[in-house]
Amino acid sequence: MTKPLSGPRWPARWRWSEPMLTLTPNLSNPDESYARLIAAHEELSEAESHAMNARLVLILMNHIGDERVLAAAMAVARPER
Amino acid sequence: MTAPIATPEIPAQRQNLAFTLYPYVKSPDQEAVARRHPVVVVGAGPIGLAAALDLGRQGVPVLVLDDNEGIGEGSRAICFSKRALEICDRLGAAGPMLEKGVVWNLGKVFHDDRLLYEFNLLPEAGHAFPAFINLQQPYFEKFLHDTIVAVQAAGAPIEIRGCNRVEAVTPRTDHVALDVMTPDGPYRVEADWLIACDGARSPLRGMLGLGFEGRVFEDNFLIADVRMTADFPTERWFWFEPHFKSGASALLHKQPDDVWRIDFQLGWDIDRKAELEPARVRARVDAMLGPEVEYELVWTSIYTFQCRRMERFRQGRVIFAGDAAHQVSPFGARGANSGIQDVDNLCWKLKLVLEGMAPERLLDSYDAERVHGADENILNSTRATDFITPKTPVSKLFRNAVLDLAATQPFARSIVNSGRLSVPCTYDGSSLNGPDCENLPARTRPGSPVPDAPVADGWLLQALGGGFTLMTFDAEAPEVIKAHGVIVRRLALTATGNAALQARFLGEAPAAVYLIRPDQHVAARWSRYDETAVRAALARALALE
Repeated sequence: MTKPLSGPRWPARWRWSEPMLTLTPNLSNPDESYARLIAAHEELSEAESHAMNARLVLILMNHIGDERVLAAAMAVARPER
Repeated sequence: MTAPIATPEIPAQRQNLAFTLYPYVKSPDQEAVARRHPVVVVGAGPIGLAAALDLGRQGVPVLVLDDNEGIGEGSRAICFSKRALEICDRLGAAGPMLEKGVVWNLGKVFHDDRLLYEFNLLPEAGHAFPAFINLQQPYFEKFLHDTIVAVQAAGAPIEIRGCNRVEAVTPRTDHVALDVMTPDGPYRVEADWLIACDGARSPLRGMLGLGFEGRVFEDNFLIADVRMTADFPTERWFWFEPHFKSGASALLHKQPDDVWRIDFQLGWDIDRKAELEPARVRARVDAMLGPEVEYELVWTSIYTFQCRRMERFRQGRVIFAGDAAHQVSPFGARGANSGIQDVDNLCWKLKLVLEGMAPERLLDSYDAERVHGADENILNSTRATDFITPKTPVSKLFRNAVLDLAATQPFARSIVNSGRLSVPCTYDGSSLNGPDCENLPARTRPGSPVPDAPVADGWLLQALGGGFTLMTFDAEAPEVIKAHGVIVRRLALTATGNAALQARFLGEAPAAVYLIRPDQHVAARWSRYDETAVRAALARALALE
């Protein structure tokens, strides 16, 4: 395959900066947030829980918006192969 | 490569033609020693016809060979994009297409029995052509052929030979030799340049032993074209996992003549013959439309699809265009539309090379630019296909999560992908591109197709026509520039009082000068006219550098 003429056109303001994924503690009340996440799944079947997680990922993905942050987060989350 | 088939089958008229247009007539070539033609086009489908029309209108003699005598049955491609119509307009064929075609703007997306949302293509104001028309492919081809007949009468050197099937192709250093079979037996013909428009199964590609790599999607789609006078609106309706269970997805779309395209996704392990039984097809259609709706089955077909392309579209003096060069899934209307753009890109280059005005390497830019276009189309169409037919459980989980959210959350609607509809690609990074000018709008940067706009006497693209043009906006320049054997005509425009021109070509800038290629793509642009710079950009656009 020949190379395409050019790669994706990143907006200029992205070109030289590092992705800004926050991996330092950022939750004001981690216990509370975690308990909320677990409680949100209460009384859901496994299938419903998976569907809810998927919706949650999409909602947070949209909230973050920044393509580089999402790519960095997916790289951190994915198990090493 | 030249080995002819041992027992050649005599080409005969097929039973199922929508229009018989070029019945077999014996040519004097058949009695002659291989006659040389500047350009031979193989295949008289939409791409071959458009190529013949484009070259013939420019005075380049072109011979079209087709193994049939007219246009095959079946609606096939039905969705023609604005850019394809603009190109056909340059070729003089768009009027009847627009008149016959169905214009649509509204789409509805359903999941199960729920209407998730509606979208409006909301075409930008200030364009001669709508975003899309729906038109059965036989009409599209017929209108191209009608235009060929009209320009032939005016002296355009186009010849179409029906029932002429290419049996062998032999590339030579300075030409290509073809063995052609006819009802009167075989003959030989030679071409300085051969354009292969012989479709996705391209026999020429096979004869030359060239690869066609890509992805096969393990799914079958059933097309049922039905004629009915039912009162459905002129909208594109798409169902994911429809409640009527006629397929894993379904599409309803209007065509001319009260015909509706219905598409059902059937899955991989099916009995194709059984699924095409009229009773079986009708059961699916009945479930979708409701038992009370009366209709007639016009055409049915089952198709699978691939997303793939040739590694290179130029192979010496053989140039591949349309489905012969690249194939995409139908989602997004990127098949025939991109083939028409291949023709648009190729024909001016081929003419200049034939006339000795540009080196052969200008044709390598056809390869680079249209491979870029094909990759963009394959990427878009692959993504749509992966959304419509998720390949893994987790992919389906996320797909359905998107659909769930789309009913209430606008952000999720932007992720729903039932086909990102075809838009022309920008040749970013092309070797033909000249300098860009800061502060002018990104959408008209070098490599971009010129967006249409209203101008004093009609439309910008009609005023541009098909040669090299220096488009000036509130800037001085000579009326005619002659350089490198090419004539560049000026099109003087003012953005004063024309918001579309201002937004599309100037932005905040007070003036600009654009060099436009014959295919109406931007070659270079400046804030003012500079003769040396224009000559240099023209040399670049001709691959003289």
